[in-house]
Amino acid sequence: MHIPDGYLGPITFIVMYIIMIPIWIYAGYKVQNYLRSRQIPYLAMAAAFTFVIMMFNVPIPGGSSGHAVGSALVAIILGPWAAVITTSVALLIQCLVFGDGGITAFGANCFNMGVVIPFVGYYTYKYISGKTPITSNLRIAAAAVAGWLGLSVAAGVAGFEMGIQPALEHTAAGVPLYMPYGLNITLPAMLIAHCCFFSIVEALVTAVAFAYIARSDPAIIFDYKKEEASTAGTKKNPENPQVS
Amino acid sequence: MEFSRTFKVLFVCLIVLVIIVPIGLIATGTAYGEWGSDELEEMVGYIPSGFAQIADVWSAPLPDYDFSGGDHETLATQAPGYYISAIIGVILTFGILFIAGRAMAKGRD
Repeated sequence: MHIPDGYLGPITFIVMYIIMIPIWIYAGYKVQNYLRSRQIPYLAMAAAFTFVIMMFNVPIPGGSSGHAVGSALVAIILGPWAAVITTSVALLIQCLVFGDGGITAFGANCFNMGVVIPFVGYYTYKYISGKTPITSNLRIAAAAVAGWLGLSVAAGVAGFEMGIQPALEHTAAGVPLYMPYGLNITLPAMLIAHCCFFSIVEALVTAVAFAYIARSDPAIIFDYKKEEASTAGTKKNPENPQVS
Repeated sequence: MEFSRTFKVLFVCLIVLVIIVPIGLIATGTAYGEWGSDELEEMVGYIPSGFAQIADVWSAPLPDYDFSGGDHETLATQAPGYYISAIIGVILTFGILFIAGRAMAKGRD
């Protein structure tokens, strides 16, 4: 889902940067002010984990390939704003050092993988989990659905950004200047490949890692209730209220 | 900054992922919408002119998670570059946010 340079025209990639700049600033503010001290080392872990998980390319029928992202998991554990930061850092290194994802398309890629996946994932997880205990199996299922839906929606958004190019940017004769395929091709291609394959990997990764963390150290989880945290022996931290 | 048992276990998992990272090389196909200019030309019969202008705007030091040059067609020849890339990527991403996190953690309980 790393859109390379050349597939998005200036109209799209500039708009995506303009959308991302306030999101990056606000995410930085949120993370700096509201992340609990216990969660801070996990930020570094989350970015590294996101980076590595994206190297596990999965082959699919038809000769294409793709991968999970891990941003839904990070959003559930550290909160969606923290996931914006960790995913953006991973994407920045992938783009600058490894040429994976374009420089011009960096804003779009950060939006797709660093905003859409975390927010769709986090709110899906929250909605399904409701008020169930942190160790309930429903929450594991919720994490799986969150991963699946987050990556699938992001794939649709990426397909949309690419698919509008022929209509948006073409020569006077109508020849596309950037991505040559329209929405009728890009949307189904991205959605089918992700819904049927890569999002399932994302669902598994999210569910397994969540299940482990929820049982071993629930106090680091973003929306873990304060009362439960204090009975578990964690110091209360009134200066850093949990973000809602 | 102290590290919990969970953090240590997850860190070991991260190292295991790096060790098994060549599994990611089994998939040889290009991801949708990430084709190079030659692949694109083969598919649509021409290279879109805007694409040609900005496709190579940046040349990465380790393109496609591999050393440049040489004939890296097989999994065995791609694996060293892939390992080095995974290690560099993990150190950079972890390092950036670890340092940023330490700076943020200052002045907290």
